[in-house]
Amino acid sequence: MRFHRVLVATLVEIFASIGRRGLRFFPLLILRLGRGSLLLFRILAGLPRACLRPGLVVKQIHGLGVLSLPIIAVSGVFVGMVLGLQGYINLVDYGATAQLGALVALALVREMGPVISALLYAGRAGSALTAEIGLMKATEQLASMEMMAVDPFQRVLAPRFLAGLIAMPLLACIFTALGILGGWYIAVWQLGVDSGSFWSQMQASVQFVDDVVDGVLIKSLVFGFVANWIAVFEGYDCLPTSEGISRATTRTVVNTSLTVLALDFVLTALMFGGN
Amino acid sequence: MSGSRKLEFTVGLFVAIALLAFFVLAMRVSDMSGLAEGDSYTVQARFQNVGGLYVRAPVTMAGVRVGRVSAIELDPDTFEAVVSMALDRRYPLPTDTSASILTAGIVGEQYIGLEPGGMDEYLNEGSEIVLTQSALVLERLIGRFLTSLNE
Amino acid sequence: MSPVTEASGTDGSLVTVRDLRFLRGDKIIFDNVSMDIPRGKITAIMGPSGTGKTTLLRLIAGQLRPHEGEITVDGQRIHHLERAQLFELRKRMGMLFQSGALFTELSVFDNVAFPLREHTRLSETMIRILVLMKLQAVGLRGAHRLMPAELSGGMARRVALARAIALDPMMIMYDEPFVGQDPIAMGMVLNLIRLLNDALGLTSIVVSHDINETAQIADRIYLIADGRVVEHGSPAVLRDSESPWTRQFVHGLPDGPVPFHYPGPPYREDLLAGS
Repeated sequence: MRFHRVLVATLVEIFASIGRRGLRFFPLLILRLGRGSLLLFRILAGLPRACLRPGLVVKQIHGLGVLSLPIIAVSGVFVGMVLGLQGYINLVDYGATAQLGALVALALVREMGPVISALLYAGRAGSALTAEIGLMKATEQLASMEMMAVDPFQRVLAPRFLAGLIAMPLLACIFTALGILGGWYIAVWQLGVDSGSFWSQMQASVQFVDDVVDGVLIKSLVFGFVANWIAVFEGYDCLPTSEGISRATTRTVVNTSLTVLALDFVLTALMFGGN
Repeated sequence: MSGSRKLEFTVGLFVAIALLAFFVLAMRVSDMSGLAEGDSYTVQARFQNVGGLYVRAPVTMAGVRVGRVSAIELDPDTFEAVVSMALDRRYPLPTDTSASILTAGIVGEQYIGLEPGGMDEYLNEGSEIVLTQSALVLERLIGRFLTSLNE
Repeated sequence: MSPVTEASGTDGSLVTVRDLRFLRGDKIIFDNVSMDIPRGKITAIMGPSGTGKTTLLRLIAGQLRPHEGEITVDGQRIHHLERAQLFELRKRMGMLFQSGALFTELSVFDNVAFPLREHTRLSETMIRILVLMKLQAVGLRGAHRLMPAELSGGMARRVALARAIALDPMMIMYDEPFVGQDPIAMGMVLNLIRLLNDALGLTSIVVSHDINETAQIADRIYLIADGRVVEHGSPAVLRDSESPWTRQFVHGLPDGPVPFHYPGPPYREDLLAGS
């Protein structure tokens, strides 16, 4: 009898605490959105000056883009190979392996390319960006810059945001192209699909404006905007302690991933849903 | 400061590789190497039923692709489907060419197949193909088959 | 306690604080605080940890706004300045943060050169000469190629000091410069603060809780506790003071106005409450 009462009390407490956390969640979210938007405006305001210092931006493109190349390139090849293999397995029963090229290319160009490279970017470059900015905040480097009459938004935050925004579509292009090559390798070299039909069916199905521009370019630009915004915000907003920084980097990866996936659904519906 | 020189070089290389990847996507993967605006002229044809025909479906003659479907609309007066096709200027077609909506394979995609006529005049921008054959609708076929069985 | 006013107030004082009131949330950090920082001298602001001494430096620098009261720097009411004017004024103020706050991705040389490169159009040759001169003043000219990560804490602070005097400011604020130093490093810092103040005609504000070190170089000391100025005057005045606050602080007495015991129930009751 006593056990029964304890059990009910515990369950009630669990639900109550979930409810409490849920209620706290939304006001907090609105507050963060507000702070994040203010930060975004200040960054955008600092962008023109940042463009006048291309050296800073180039250095950041190196840190965010070039250093992400290994993971992007290797992942691209593997994803393409998996698509080739899975596609073959599913098409071979219908004798439709000639369509494999089209399948791999469409999957990559429309979805996998921009989405997966954005997720990888969040994990590698986004978290590094958050950690770097958080560390600068914790060691008072940003404050000392302000004391030296240098606006940290112009000097530190805007160049990084801009560089990330440039790097994202570049990485997505590389990921997608390598993915298609990976799929081609598996399909033609390993599985015996005819090379001619692989490429010609692909070319017949993939449209430049509707698929490549919409998919790879526009999607990756949108994802890049969001990923870099979140990364910079979490770094700037974090508690200036080592625990605060590590929580902020986790939040960057989680929030960027969720936002990218949600946005992908919206963009896909807008771009490809009409058919 | 050779450090920053090296950095600029790697960034430049990165951007170059990305642009190369983009061109591969544009040229080899997508159909951008297809018809450009200047190479094509638009021709129309009316059908009773376009079936599953879609915009950008291929238009072929003797199995060779000579164009693409550029628009499909409904005529509000005659309730016929008006299909616009962008045809390659390299292949002039006689004015009595006929257009049929065919299916690739048995359950494949639909496309327009052209049969040449014998006239000396050729189709131009804005011409209309008069001889048309609508798509075969499976249900009507079965219905006809069943009624013919009954007889 | 009325503030010391020299002649007509702003003549001898570089910074004047009048009736300052500052809160953080509900907590009163400063309540009706007034002080005068005389030109060309070293003024120390001292008090127990957590009394908001760093906050005071930020208020003087214009990074925080007081809720009530006025702060005037070199005749300008600092919180009524436009952003551009504030930045101009900040170029003439140097601040040494507790941890040095050097920019981790720049070398020692580039750190000291930073304010010169950002705010002047001097040639690289000129900048090199100036940077080496500043580093020579703090005894670290030979270290100019090192990265901040390779420096000890004391060396990092000295580089930060060189950076703070790069633009030949009219005043420098030191935030806890003696914390965590071995006696040799401590002696170096003391020496430098006094030397630079006199040689460059600076006004120095030192925030610290190290009474012995500070008393060796300060010309005037303000003792702050509970958000109020408890006592002020030369080190000799403070040493001979009869006020219990001052006596406890200056002589490091374990108990006095700042109690040893954290507030709680009576001892006997607490021990017997267990059963």
